[in-house]
Amino acid sequence: MTNKVGGIIGWVDSRLPVIEFWEAHLSKYYAPKNFNFWYFFGSLALLILVLQIVTGIFLTMHYKPDAELAFASVEYIMRDVNWGWLVRYMHSTGASAFFVVIYLHMLRGLMYGSFKEPRELIWLFGMMIYLCLMAEAFMGYLLPWGQMSYWGAQVIVNLFGTIPVIGDDLALWIRGDFVVSDATLNRFFALHVIAVPIVLLGLVVAHIAALHTVGSNNPDGVEIKKNKGADGIPLDGIPFHPYYTVKDIVGIVVFLFIFALVVFFAPEMGGYFLEHANFEPANPLATPEHIAPVWYFTPFYTVLRAIPNPFWGVMAMGAAVVVLFFLPWIDKNVVKSIRYRSTLYKVNLFVFLVSFVWLGYYGVQAVTPMASQMALRLSELYFLFFAVLAIYSTQRSVGYYIMWFIVFVGLITIYDVYRNNPEIAELTWKTWIIPVAYLFVTLIGAAFTNLDQDKPVPVRVTS
Amino acid sequence: MKNIVKLICVAALVSSSSSWAAGGGGPLFTMHVDVHHQKSLQRGAKTFVNYCLSCHSASFSRYNRVAADLGISEQNMRENMIFTGRKFGDTMTVALTVDQGKEWFGAPPPDLSVKARARGANWIYSYLKSFYVDESAIRGVNNLQFPGTSMPHVLWEYQGLQKLAAKDDHHGDMEKEDSHGGGHGDSHASPFEIAVPGTLTPKEYDAMLVDLVNFLVYLGEPAQLKRQGIGVGVLFFLAALGVLAYFMKRDYWKDIH
Repeated sequence: MTNKVGGIIGWVDSRLPVIEFWEAHLSKYYAPKNFNFWYFFGSLALLILVLQIVTGIFLTMHYKPDAELAFASVEYIMRDVNWGWLVRYMHSTGASAFFVVIYLHMLRGLMYGSFKEPRELIWLFGMMIYLCLMAEAFMGYLLPWGQMSYWGAQVIVNLFGTIPVIGDDLALWIRGDFVVSDATLNRFFALHVIAVPIVLLGLVVAHIAALHTVGSNNPDGVEIKKNKGADGIPLDGIPFHPYYTVKDIVGIVVFLFIFALVVFFAPEMGGYFLEHANFEPANPLATPEHIAPVWYFTPFYTVLRAIPNPFWGVMAMGAAVVVLFFLPWIDKNVVKSIRYRSTLYKVNLFVFLVSFVWLGYYGVQAVTPMASQMALRLSELYFLFFAVLAIYSTQRSVGYYIMWFIVFVGLITIYDVYRNNPEIAELTWKTWIIPVAYLFVTLIGAAFTNLDQDKPVPVRVTS
Repeated sequence: MKNIVKLICVAALVSSSSSWAAGGGGPLFTMHVDVHHQKSLQRGAKTFVNYCLSCHSASFSRYNRVAADLGISEQNMRENMIFTGRKFGDTMTVALTVDQGKEWFGAPPPDLSVKARARGANWIYSYLKSFYVDESAIRGVNNLQFPGTSMPHVLWEYQGLQKLAAKDDHHGDMEKEDSHGGGHGDSHASPFEIAVPGTLTPKEYDAMLVDLVNFLVYLGEPAQLKRQGIGVGVLFFLAALGVLAYFMKRDYWKDIH
């Protein structure tokens, strides 16, 4: 590129390709023109990341990572630091908002097949970001050093202790002590403010770089780069800047409006964003009656509790996250968007969403016999979503569907017989119908009806 | 727009129920909290410094902040509310040490700075209403909200002494036992009957507790007095910005079909 710009920008550009960068990623980066509501959450996630970093920096100016001082230093921020309460509420609300936005962002990916070829790497980077975010949130949650901080950390670190052979040493290594203590608080602070954010930023750069290499997907799942005009510009593409910058500003303002509603009018969000028990200082000698993780971990927490054996519970919980990494290879259907996917896929995705939200609901409730039965059934539905998807996302024979129907029903039944006891027998067999009905609809439905027929995908985007 | 409504529904779902981690079960009585009722906060503060602040600290809170927030003059604060020789800008600590607290009460009296946020207003209100005569308890009184509590009934002179209503009355039938007259915004009937009347009527005592709990709720988060007012301004600003942003977007996009 010849340098035609003068002045300071020209001087810089001849030494560092800022104009090329600007054009490649903004003014001449062509995005599909048909982005809808669901496409706001990427830029919103970026906004929250910046918000968390900036508010976090101000919090570290006053926070004291010391078991004796931490709780008081948070209250000092809330009372004696000018605008400290606002910064703290923005940070605590931002943590929950981050997960709201990321979950919606991931749902968008599921709906429109954004994880599929050629975007597998974007999905993998995204999943790594999600993992980092979970670590970041978990370690940040210890810092206020309230009862729930303390006991939540105790419980989660102990999960690592269930791993055979190395478990106890691993948990000890993470804590730096035999129980969660000052040593744990100090290292979690270091990891929360430096280590994880650096990894997170690196992954975000990789996520966006990978996205800009292959280009964005869209609600129709049509590759806009396949239809270029004579000038080499995609016919359905528009420059990201100014079109999507001005559109994202609208999304950002709407988001900030909702965000401000929480920060200023309900910062505790009824005990879900800031748990009531966390206003008691950490007390290693008094275990709270009911230890509930913050809402964004509760679906996985319920999967953990659904299985009585601690080790297998932890494995199931881990698998519930890990399985998402493999989604690009589980869903083999070339049709990306839900608009053109089969009725069965729509049903399947809907059941998956309901299961996930419902699992989250049980995670904040006390355990009852019914709740633990449902926790298991919903966990089964959660995993069956992926299993069933792997089966019907390519064309199979009738026998193949029937075989897998029998295999899954058999496995579920065998586990029910194994775990059954007279006390729960009635609930066990009544709820047995849930996964079986699901499998019947999704697998036998795929075998004998045309509900698994996809619709034709248009060549160009539709709106 | 439909999608935005959906988003709000999701947020409402998330916040639809609350989980108070209150030991000793849910609150027995309920009250209406109003931290913007300055006179109530002032009365509550007076009760607090006279009856609570001898054993319980509020060590994250400062006298001068309370004075400023509650419209109490410095002179008034110094003369009537600071008994411990502390300075105007000091935090509200007590002379009682943790060890003394353990020795005298079995457990050190907890700091009350954020107690209302941990327990909830209704729980504290119910706790202070629920002391009853129990000969088997060390202090002669027990508490229905927090059985086995080691705190004495500090406000007994005002409330008087109450005993549990007759045993044959099971929980479901408590409505009949309304000897207590009901309180400020009270939705439950009283499970107690008065044994020794206090200097206040039950209604006056409830009002005193409402003031005190209002103050404790304020104490839990002094910023809440200003928070919502600032929030309204922020929302107006964002709404205006949103309108501008929307028209800017529409203008830029008018040639995209």
